Formats: sequence, C-alpha cells, structure tokens
Amino acid sequence: MKHTIAVLVENQYGAFNRVATMFSGKGFNIHSISIGETEVPEISRMTIVTEGEDKIIEQVVKQLNRLIDTIKVIDLTGQTRVERELALITVFYQKGTRAEITNICEIFRGNIVDINNKTLTLEITGPPDKIDAVVNVLESYGIKEMARSGTVALKRGEQLKHEKKETVV
Amino acid sequence: MIISKPKLSGAEIFFECLKREKVELIFGYPGGAVLKLYEKLYDVDFLKHILVRHEQGATHMAEGYAKATGKVGVVLVTSGPGATNTVTGIADAYMDSVPIVVFTGQVPTHLIGNDAFQEADIVGITRPITKHNFLVRDVAELASTIKKAFYIASTGRPGPVLVDLPKDVINSVCEFEYPDKIEMRGYKPTFLGHQNQIKKAADIIKKAKRPLLYVGGGVIMSNGYRELRLLAKENNLPVTMTLQGLGAFPMTDEQSLGMLGMHGTYWANQAVNNCDVLVSLGARFDDRVTGKVDSFARNAYKIHVDIDPTCIDKNVVVDLPIVGDVKHVLAELAAEFEEAPDLTQWWKEINQWRKECPLQYEKNDGKLRSEYIIEKISEKTKGEAVVITDVGQHQMWVSQYYKFTNPRSHLTSGGLGTMGFSLPASIGAAFGIKDRPIISISGDGGFQMNIQELVTAAYHKLPIKIIIINNSFLGMVRQWQELFHAEKYSFTDLSESNPNFVKVGEAFGIKSFSTNTPTNVDSILDEALSYNDGPVLIEFKVVKEDMVFPIIPAGQTVNEIMTKRLDPKEMV
Repeated sequence: MKHTIAVLVENQYGAFNRVATMFSGKGFNIHSISIGETEVPEISRMTIVTEGEDKIIEQVVKQLNRLIDTIKVIDLTGQTRVERELALITVFYQKGTRAEITNICEIFRGNIVDINNKTLTLEITGPPDKIDAVVNVLESYGIKEMARSGTVALKRGEQLKHEKKETVV
Repeated sequence: MIISKPKLSGAEIFFECLKREKVELIFGYPGGAVLKLYEKLYDVDFLKHILVRHEQGATHMAEGYAKATGKVGVVLVTSGPGATNTVTGIADAYMDSVPIVVFTGQVPTHLIGNDAFQEADIVGITRPITKHNFLVRDVAELASTIKKAFYIASTGRPGPVLVDLPKDVINSVCEFEYPDKIEMRGYKPTFLGHQNQIKKAADIIKKAKRPLLYVGGGVIMSNGYRELRLLAKENNLPVTMTLQGLGAFPMTDEQSLGMLGMHGTYWANQAVNNCDVLVSLGARFDDRVTGKVDSFARNAYKIHVDIDPTCIDKNVVVDLPIVGDVKHVLAELAAEFEEAPDLTQWWKEINQWRKECPLQYEKNDGKLRSEYIIEKISEKTKGEAVVITDVGQHQMWVSQYYKFTNPRSHLTSGGLGTMGFSLPASIGAAFGIKDRPIISISGDGGFQMNIQELVTAAYHKLPIKIIIINNSFLGMVRQWQELFHAEKYSFTDLSESNPNFVKVGEAFGIKSFSTNTPTNVDSILDEALSYNDGPVLIEFKVVKEDMVFPIIPAGQTVNEIMTKRLDPKEMV
C-alpha cells in the first residue's frame, strides 16, 4: 500500500542525504520525495511517498525518527489531507490538435505556460492521480518532456476551538 | 563594560572540549590535515595519545577501551586515507553499539569538492555506519558540535559519531564557550519504560510456567547486570545470553544456560524453543540467534525491552514491547515480584536437555584442541579476565568454554564479524583495565589482519596475553566449506603461507611461546599469566580439522542441530 509520510527535519547540510541514504541502505523504496522550507526557516519539510506492507512502513517511520536531524514524522495515510503535485508537460501539436490540447488543459484547470511552433507546455497541479490522467490523455499527441514535482501534502485543518497555534517542538 | 572572552584557536578549543568531556586517552595517527592539532597536542598534559600503526587499529582500540570501561573511546586521524582506514572500525562500532567519537581531519573548506590532496568525503562515506556525523564548517560551531558528538555517542543506544574537521576551521580563532547542556529537538531517547507495560510484563512473567530471559549486550551497556541478577536469582528464572550479552549474568551460575543461537548450547536453544514467555532484554533478535524466524520461540509470548524502537518488531514480531533503558525496566520489573514462581518442572526439563547433549570434545587422543586451551584459560583466570576475541571458530569456542563471571569482560566483534578486531581491541582494553588479566585470542588468519599493532602493545609494555589459536586454516570458513560447500577448501588453507609466529613476536620484542601438545598448556599459561612487564605471545598449534559444535545451520531450527561431525556413511 502507498503511504504519504511527512518528515520535518533540521534545515541543515546533509539532512536530505541522510534520509535518502537510510532509504537505500534499508532497501525501502521511494515513489517520490520532495523537500522545501516551512513556516520556520530552520525546519525543512519532506514529503515522501513510499510503498510497502504495514511492517515495512512501521520500520520506515521508526528509522526516520531515529535519524538525529528528524524532528517529527507524520504518516498522513488514512488522515484527511490535501495532496498536490505539479507537473510541467511539453506536448507536440499540429495544425488541428492545438485547440484540442488547449481544451484538455482547460478541462484539467491547467495553464499553458509556453508555446513555440511545435510544442506547447502545460502546467498542471492536482492530486497525483489527476496528473496521471492528464499524462494519459496527452500521450497520444506525443509528450516531448515532462517534469513532476513529487507529492506535497498537508493534513486538513480542523476548526480550532481556541486561538491556539500548534507549534512544532 | 563587556569583557570579551579570550579567543582560542580551533585546535585549542578542540582540546579544551576533550578536557571537559574528561577524555583520558586518544588513539590516533598524525597527518597533514591535523598537523595543527598535533602541534597543540605536543603540550597537552591531561590526556595520553596512543600512536597506532594503522587507523583501523585506532578505531578498534577505542572500541576495546569503550566496551571494557563504559567510557567513550576517542580517535583522531588525518583526512583522506587516514579517515577511510577508520571505516571498518566505525562500522563495527555501529553494529555492536559501541560509543566512540572519531575525529577526522579534512582539507580546508575552500578546497572541499576539488579533489584536493588527501581529500575524501568521509561524512558521506560514513553516513550509513554512524549514529550521526558532522562536518564542522565554522570554528564557532566547534565546541557545541563536540559536545553533541559525545552526547549522541554515549546516550540512548550508543554508537559511533564522526566529526570531520577542515584544516582552516582548526586554524581559525573564536571565543570559547562550552555549553553545559545540549538540546536537540530531534534527539530525545526514551529512557523510562512505560509503567503499564512493565506491570503487564511482570504479571505475564509471574504466571508463566516456562519463562526464559534472553539477555543481550544492552544489559551490559546500561549497567543493568545487578538488576538482572536480582530479578533472575530472586525468581529462579533461567537466563540465556547472546554473544554480546555473555557476562551479564555469571556463566558459573546454575541458572545460566549459556549462549543461544547458531553455536549456542543445546539446552539454551531447546529452552527458547519450548518456553511460554520469552523476555528479551537489550537484544535484537539477530539472525544468528533466531535461525528460522517463524519458528523462533513460536509458542512463546514475547516481551521485548530495548532502548531503540527500531529494534522492536524488526525481525520478530513481539507481543509486548517496552521501549526504555533496560536497567531501569529491569529494576521496575524486579520490584513487581513478591514471591518466586514455582518452576520446578521447567528446570527439570532444562536440566534434562543439559544432560542429553552437553558441550564436549575429544580429550583422549593426545592432540591439542582449542576447547581445552580455552577451558584452561577460564579455569586459571577464574572466569574473571577480560577476554577479547577475534572472529571465527575460536570466538565461538570462547563463548562456549570460557565461563564469564563479570560484565564488560567479553569483548568481541559480533554484528560485523571483523577479523583483526582482537589485538587492537585488547590494547584499548589494556589501557582502560589494570586490575584484571587481558587476554586476546585470535585465529591465525585474523591475527594477521592487524598484526602491525603488536608494536603498540610492545611499546607501551601492556601485559596482554596474545593467544593465537593456529589451525593453519581460516577455520570457520573451512567448516562451512566442509558442511555446506562440497568440501571445496577454496583458499582457506594457510599452512603453506603462515609466518613463524614466534619469530614475528620476537621481532617486535615480545616474549613468545609455541606448542602443539596439551601437556605444555598448563606451564605456558602459568608463565604467561604471571608475566606482567609486557605482552606475551603464545601460539597454540591445534588440530586442523576441528569444527564448532553444536551448529544450527543458517536459517534453520533447533531440530536441525548438528552436535558432532557426521560419519560420511551416515550422511545422505
């Protein structure tokens, strides 16, 4: 089963590498991994999509926690969450197909961000399965190049009863 | 007016930090990138620097020192090859959870990544084999980094930490301030076990008809052996130990079943197989212990106490995990017991297994055997020596025939299985322990892997008894070749190529003996044990083809145990 795991790590030299090294060293697989700053500049947030039986995922979470630079590990799987991925897709067009592609782009609420005499570049955001769907449709036109960001995810916020800010310690 | 603190160089800060960490010894080797540190070291009087002959030796010495004393072992080496030579020792310390801090020199920060002379990305190389590592990029971070390194190495599940020190960082100056406390939001080992879990565990053990304590190195590392003795003795519980756990409970005690696992005793393995409650204390269900995982203690309710949460459910799924310091958990467990459970029937069974298949070897053919030598050493030192073994057959014979009575007495490379461990580790132990005999036991193969450290032992006149069990073979590999690889003795026969060990010893100025007859063993050992003005080397030429029994073949169960060499006619 696929799991989406968020990891808060010290924004420090080598922190990303430690996580990647741990995954390869323990033989865990990574579907996608993305990393960026958080609201606190000293903390980076990694979103890792991985796959495995429950026993494996339990080890993944424990091993992530074991790394000294890891501050918090949250398995978002099974929680209500917002999951997004960004894809840039460059597609070949011909005389008749340009409008079709633009139309597809609109259906998926994407943007055309570049064009030349042969290709169009689409920017699509959404849950990973939506990106898969776009790719599926565009394949018949000929995809020249594609870049996917990997998933980023946040737990959906609950209505807060008090004005209390959750802080990470 | 603000009085600014005096400014110190990186090198001065380095030694100020070591002083505050109460470091008494460092094992090291100088080189280009650490010249400034060695310049400063020249005038340092609060610690002793031991010059090794190869950096691998330094890491094993630090391990030996750390394992024997419980203090953190410290290594100082230069960049590039100096650093990469420490890798095996670091990996060894990682597998066996030994607290060491390795300081490596590094090329100046502006040259990092330039393929500079003696540059190696040691932080990258050691990332998967250290508990944590650091590259110090600014002298202002040096003191806090060193504090963190010692803290991480020695707390929680101990392990090696590497600190990479670029040359310019060591040369630059800054104000020195050593933090009293260190706060790392990502590192807070769980120390106290969960109260309810401990209570529940105690209730289950109390009700057990066939309980068994399975004790690992964690009990020794946490200094929990008194608590273990209390719990086991008061409640008449049987105790079996892993290779790293030997000595946590006196092996001379009736309640000790000896070691379990591949080369463990028959009765310990039968006890594991038949127990109804298995209490794992600071052990990690290693494959050499479990054999076939699905069958390991398959009818038992399993309780697992460990400070490292990743150990729990990693190899064997347990019923009741307790994450915490095993010493504390043991103390709390012991406090839960009011009266000793009646285990008469269980002990009857165990003692029956003990009788059925005792440890035995051929004593009457006049040939010299390793088992005999080890039994003799055990007898003469009353099980109180610090015995440092290498890896292979002799290592297993020591675990079977040396009756350890004290913790921190059996030092061995268990997890990584590093040949060449014994000699340097015994040097480290000899620097830390002065009131007990230090006995290094190696095979003829492993002994040659760090043979250069004979100089270090000789120069410092360390009273180590260096014992070489010479069967002219890489014996354990030979054993597997005989049992499992069609008797193809591929590159394991050393008889044509071994050096004259007595001459080797003498070349280093070491008093050396050799014998191949059992009748000489007593007198040689007596002489060696009474000589304390320096190392002694003894070569015991033993029979070539002996095998370690019992053996449970890898991945199998106690039912497949082999207790003696099969007659070829019996083999199918």
